[in-house]
Amino acid sequence: MQDRLNEIRSLALKRIKDSDSPEKLKEIQIAVLGKKGELTSIMKTLKDVAPEDRPKVGQMINDARAEIEKNLEEANKKLQEEVRNARLKAEVIDVTLPAKKPVIGHRHPNTIALEEVERIFIGLGYEITEGPEIEKDYYNFEALNIPADHPAKDEQDTFYINGEMLLRTQTSSTQIHAMEAGKPPIRILAPGRVFRADEVDATHSPSFHQIEGLVVDKNITFADLKGTLAQFAKELFGEDTKVKFRPHHFPFTEPSAEMDVSCFKCGGKGCRFCKGSGWIEILGCGMVHPKVLERCNIDTNEYTGFAFGVGLERIALLKYEIDDMRLLYENDARFLDQF
Amino acid sequence: MNTALSWIKAYVPELECTDQEYTDAMTLSGTKVEGFERLDKNLKDIIVGEILSIEKHPDADKLIVCQVNLGDRQLQIVTGAPNVKVGDKVPVVIDGGKVAGGHDGGPLPEDGIEIHNGKLRGVESFGMMCSIEELGSDRNFYPEAPENGIYIFPADTEVGADAIELLRLHDTVFEYEITSNRVDCYSVIGIAREVAATFKKPFVPPVVEVKGNGENVNDYISIEVADKDLCPRYCGRVVKNIKFGPSPKWMQRRLAASGIRPINNLVDITNYVMEEYGQPMHAFDLSTIHGNKIVVKRANDGEKFITLDGQERTLDKDILMINDAEGPVAIAGIMGGENSMITENVTTVLFESATFNGANIRKSAKRLGLRTDASGKFEKGLDPRNAVDAINRACQLVEELGCGEVVDGIADAPAPLSELRQIPFEPERINAMLGTDVSVDEMLEIFKRLELAYDENTKMLTIPSFRQDLIGFCDIAEEVARFYGYDKIPVTLPSGQGQAGGLSYKLRIEGECRNIAEYCGFSQGMTYSFESPKVFDKLLLPADAPERNAITISNPLGEDFSIMRTLSLNGMLTSLSTNFNRRNKNVKLYELANIYIPKELPLTDYPDERMQLTFGFYGDGDFFTMKGVVETVLEGLGAKKKEEYDPASARPYLHPGRQANILYDGDVIGFIGEVHPAVCENYDMKTRVYVAVLDMPKIMPLTSYDRKFEGIAKYPAVSRDISMVVPKTVLAGQIEKMIAQRGGKILEKFELFDIYEGEQIDKEHKSMAYALSFRDKNKTLQDEDVNAAMKKIMNGLESLGIELRK
Repeated sequence: MQDRLNEIRSLALKRIKDSDSPEKLKEIQIAVLGKKGELTSIMKTLKDVAPEDRPKVGQMINDARAEIEKNLEEANKKLQEEVRNARLKAEVIDVTLPAKKPVIGHRHPNTIALEEVERIFIGLGYEITEGPEIEKDYYNFEALNIPADHPAKDEQDTFYINGEMLLRTQTSSTQIHAMEAGKPPIRILAPGRVFRADEVDATHSPSFHQIEGLVVDKNITFADLKGTLAQFAKELFGEDTKVKFRPHHFPFTEPSAEMDVSCFKCGGKGCRFCKGSGWIEILGCGMVHPKVLERCNIDTNEYTGFAFGVGLERIALLKYEIDDMRLLYENDARFLDQF
Repeated sequence: MNTALSWIKAYVPELECTDQEYTDAMTLSGTKVEGFERLDKNLKDIIVGEILSIEKHPDADKLIVCQVNLGDRQLQIVTGAPNVKVGDKVPVVIDGGKVAGGHDGGPLPEDGIEIHNGKLRGVESFGMMCSIEELGSDRNFYPEAPENGIYIFPADTEVGADAIELLRLHDTVFEYEITSNRVDCYSVIGIAREVAATFKKPFVPPVVEVKGNGENVNDYISIEVADKDLCPRYCGRVVKNIKFGPSPKWMQRRLAASGIRPINNLVDITNYVMEEYGQPMHAFDLSTIHGNKIVVKRANDGEKFITLDGQERTLDKDILMINDAEGPVAIAGIMGGENSMITENVTTVLFESATFNGANIRKSAKRLGLRTDASGKFEKGLDPRNAVDAINRACQLVEELGCGEVVDGIADAPAPLSELRQIPFEPERINAMLGTDVSVDEMLEIFKRLELAYDENTKMLTIPSFRQDLIGFCDIAEEVARFYGYDKIPVTLPSGQGQAGGLSYKLRIEGECRNIAEYCGFSQGMTYSFESPKVFDKLLLPADAPERNAITISNPLGEDFSIMRTLSLNGMLTSLSTNFNRRNKNVKLYELANIYIPKELPLTDYPDERMQLTFGFYGDGDFFTMKGVVETVLEGLGAKKKEEYDPASARPYLHPGRQANILYDGDVIGFIGEVHPAVCENYDMKTRVYVAVLDMPKIMPLTSYDRKFEGIAKYPAVSRDISMVVPKTVLAGQIEKMIAQRGGKILEKFELFDIYEGEQIDKEHKSMAYALSFRDKNKTLQDEDVNAAMKKIMNGLESLGIELRK
């Protein structure tokens, strides 16, 4: 019996050693260790062994079973690894083949620029609001200290519906709506479409966008205006951006200014982009004219404010180096896909 | 406005700076320099030479060989110019020198042309004699230059002198952008005053003195202003014995630098004063003025008048006219009449210097279609006090130039000039607004340079009449800021209590729409708000369609931009068409923009501006692709219920069998469909196009950021399939509604997995199959529960005329 056991054991170990696939190991396992396997059969003959020898023989059988199991497991592990390695080897792909991209749409460059501007001013505590595009004369002109005879009201510039209604020429009209709707402190940013009677060309469009900003509170100063817009410019165009304020004239602000930023292409040295000056004109701004505040029933002894207006297309064209404004309204996929 | 720096320096003699320093300083103090041009930038080594001898070129008929004396040397120069003769003094550019352009007067090269010694047809030439074109100008500005050939200096010109200097080309012309409030700066005097204040140098304006001939102007002319509201000031002076001739070189050069062509002494004087004082002047031939009388009054409606350009103009009662005793002689502030214009035979001239109502001039000029240099100035609203200074300056120049004999006195309509404005000086308030700490002394110093008088006792500032823009406190604050320096004002942030910024809910939802649209593969387009009324025909809208009630722009850029859109499709289809015709494949676009629905026409109040989310595509996909986008948008925006699709939407611009209104709770919130092939044809697209429009005001109330976790099912689901033969008239929507209604709580989901029409089935029917899934949250479902639900569903379906395949 012992011989038989040794024979089974050594044969099994040999077969395990010679196996070249997990399937063969499985066969061996069934043939030797299975319910009807050789070792199991021997175990069944244990009752024929003399009772005093049974523990010893039993132990021997168990040892043989353990040894075979261990060998099976090791061999299996090894063979499994070989199989996996073979599969991995067979599965090599050319990783430089083209990608399968999900088709995702693109945002309009105007919107990308607007969202960036909004992000900056939301961070400074501004509420983003809107106003009507078809506007009353009063809000577009009169309340903004542009009286009936002002050249800015000339039909050449303004699209009129009739004597009373027009297409707003500036988002500054939202200033009046904001001051009528709420009491100071006011801190709003109002983007939107505006319209002017300009023929379409590379730098003009009869319909474009502005972003209006308005702050009204106690102790608001021209220095605050400078600080706010300087921070805006740095965030929009980069930390190294310098700003320059030049006196200008707008009927609804006084003092008024235009802000230039140092050319972000050449850093201010002068290039074709900034026409050699090193500076790029970005926006108009100023302290809200007392007449405008008074019209909105805001006490000019207690409150001051500043306002600014940015041309959105101007920012988008500059920032994304788009050389023709018409591209913004053609919606050619080859253009939009670049944003 | 363009002006030579030399003219400015005449009134600010101590000014010393480079062109760039001037540009920067003036721009920073508010007189923006748009650019400058150095007239001598490409002129180098050009000196006056005298032609000593001229010989024929041995080998060229059209060339001559000149010996030229340059003072310190003598050079041989070959030229083809036809006009030179021995003894002429001419500009000569020597070896290594530079000229600005070619002799043909074509566009000037950026860096000029360098001249070197060379041979012309074998004969050596050591330089070049120059025409006025080669010096970068032309006969418009140097009327004495020959039409074709070398510029010739007067006989007494010193040989060897700097020719550039003699031609007054060592100068720089600055171009300014003057803001509309600074009427005074549309003049050399006004700019010079700003220059003096900017550079803190003395301002030395011309001293105006008229000698006069001892006669009295009132013996020649009387002036009456009938419509004082349109003419605050009207002054006249008389000049006798007019002697025409060229104006002096210094005047010609200053005018030329300003872009004005010198004509003759009389014309040049009026132009010169217009530039110098910003006051347009008009000159009448006094012999044509009837009754020795000027009457300023409105015209009659329909009256005709011939202006000095020979054109007949039709007048109206809002146009102000200058009349004599018999009738009109000029349109006030715009253009003189043919009947009173100056001719070469004039002997006595009446100068007019007046101010008119700016708005009236602007409107009149526009109605007449006649905008002139003069009307451009008058429409800004000129200073009545300046009118007197200007007319006296003109008369002074007449005397200085020997152009005529000035009669004493100014004929003037007695009109009291308004008092000079007074504004309180509030230094603390100024500093508080600017955020500065400018001393009172520094402020007063600034005011002094700007000619604002300060009275210590009253603490009032008196504003000179030329500063009509200074009205209140904030204007004074700006003057301080400008000359203290915008760059020196500190940089701070508002000190008030902070508040949380953010988007309005509407803008936030619109942002969500953009995100969803883009991850569905649609790119954002932008199109105009106005379009052509022809759009309605292109979209096949019937004559009585409500969409045709659009707001009309009264002064559009053209018919194509004349109405405010009442539906958003035209912009979308136009953009798709652009892409299609540029052969872009599979284009998907969306737009978020307003349409404008009038509440009533004509418009008296705000219209309804309705934000539309418009989708459009062609290429891969079909109606159901678009439907999937709509569902994704509504789900993404947090709509709690399922939208429905009603094919009875009858929109003429869509395929009659492939369109639907999108309903939510029974309310139409948008529409979807394939574009009608005839519309595609109108937009020049030979492809199927799909669109969907969501009306955002209807969408807003059903949006929500509210999400609740409902747990993950613990018990198994039971699946059942239904296969059926359905009359074609029954819509999937009806079947699904029935399944949803009758399935009860345990119905988890259902899905159409097969639909078939064709040979295997009769023409009136289609075959459809749904997979249903039942699940109970709280227990494992039993067959009988599912069977009961299925029976209810089946019964319901059978009531729709559906035959179930068992």
